[in-house]
Amino acid sequence: MLNSIKNTLGSLMLVEMLKGMALTGRYFFAKKITIQYPEERTPQSNRFRGLHALRRYPNGEERCIACKLCEAVCPAMAITIESDQREDGTRRTTRYDIDLTKCIFCGFCEESCPVDSIVETRIFDYHGEQRGDLLYTKQMLLEVGDKYEAQIAEDRAQDKVYR
Amino acid sequence: MQFFAELFGSYWADVQLVVWTLIKIVAIVLPLMIGVAYLTLAERKVIGFMQVRIGPNRVGYFGLLQPLADGLKLLFKEIILPTASNKALFFIGPVLAIAPAFAAWAVIPFDATLVLANVDAGLLYILAMTSVAVYGVIIAGWASNSKYAFLGALRSAAQIVSYEIAMGFTLVGVLMCANSLNLGNIVMGQEGGFWHWYFLPLFPLFVVYFISAVAETNRAPFDVAEGESEIVAGFHVEYSGMAFAVFFLAEYANMMLVSMLAALMFLGGWLSPVPFLPDSILWLLAKVAFLLFLFLWFRATFPRYRYDQIMRLGWKVFIPITLVWIVVVGAMMQTQWAYLFH
Repeated sequence: MLNSIKNTLGSLMLVEMLKGMALTGRYFFAKKITIQYPEERTPQSNRFRGLHALRRYPNGEERCIACKLCEAVCPAMAITIESDQREDGTRRTTRYDIDLTKCIFCGFCEESCPVDSIVETRIFDYHGEQRGDLLYTKQMLLEVGDKYEAQIAEDRAQDKVYR
Repeated sequence: MQFFAELFGSYWADVQLVVWTLIKIVAIVLPLMIGVAYLTLAERKVIGFMQVRIGPNRVGYFGLLQPLADGLKLLFKEIILPTASNKALFFIGPVLAIAPAFAAWAVIPFDATLVLANVDAGLLYILAMTSVAVYGVIIAGWASNSKYAFLGALRSAAQIVSYEIAMGFTLVGVLMCANSLNLGNIVMGQEGGFWHWYFLPLFPLFVVYFISAVAETNRAPFDVAEGESEIVAGFHVEYSGMAFAVFFLAEYANMMLVSMLAALMFLGGWLSPVPFLPDSILWLLAKVAFLLFLFLWFRATFPRYRYDQIMRLGWKVFIPITLVWIVVVGAMMQTQWAYLFH
């Protein structure tokens, strides 16, 4: 009886409403956590999985040996590889395509690679303006690798102890 | 001037009156439109701040040009006319929604002398105007010939009608205190510092009035008429472009109207809270701004009411409270404490 009177009075006095408003009122003055994207960026892990790249050895030789493990492991079947023997007798890819519209950025290709050739970089803000722009060929992937090699190597070195 | 005077001859005085009134109307509606535009920005900013975000800040400094950008975007969008809709009513809907929202401002006194039409039954006129607004919603919902719109219109109609009763009764309390239906006289009855304002003796009525006002304007937490998550957008789901913008404007203009009324009837309008400061329109604007902030604060805080809870609150809680308090006020006025209520 006493309790129900108390409850009725409480709801008539809008006690819980005022409590709720006090909470949002406090947050009104709280420090804002928005990160203003183009100018500010969230911190990234060295394991970030973004745009793919094909790497080279320091002497300029491409790492990929066309073992096709990445092609086999890719769950989205986004990788297409064709290989042939080069003049010096080594096996090399003649074609290495990644369809980024299929890719789900799981990182399996990177994990499966025995020579650390295919890697995923920290780049996430790339775009294509027409059909086919996101179908990356071997040449494009190597270019990405050449351009960001320093960052890629540093990330691998940091992560080495855990692998 | 001379040329026009000769041109119109004996009608010159009438023409002058019409032109002068038109200028006054523009002087009220233009700031009102700008206020509505910036209320949308304020809403996004306030809700953002309460959600620990910073809100729009890209278009102009602090997002100050955002309402303009939004307006332009809506202006250039196509107005889609559903094939199954009733064409004429489909366009009358938004007009009926916004016209009363603006027309009601005719009798609002901004100052002791600053009023477009000093009507004796001003309050009655405003009640009539706000009642017409519900037809806009109903017609829009019905003419769209869409089940979501229809459900939204039904809900909105029932809700507005229910809360209008409670709202009307709270105004009866004010009338008993002020002995007048003229808004200017109601404000002047509260002269002499904030302890003379009507929200103190009529505190329960003030609370009921303001919550009913939130329900009347279909604002969160009483926004079942829109209910984005259940009936997508309710009565204006089929409207796009400028036709939608008109509903949007009407909603915000109505918010400002009910806030203005609350400020005039319960918070002493343009009167200053303490006797040694001068009365000014700035006080009125500050009070309205505070009440509008409460609207946004509610929206940032409360989840949407369930429909049957809305009806229960309106009929079983608000109406009894207002009736009881009117009786209390009436009885007290016959005693030696009557001065408390004048």
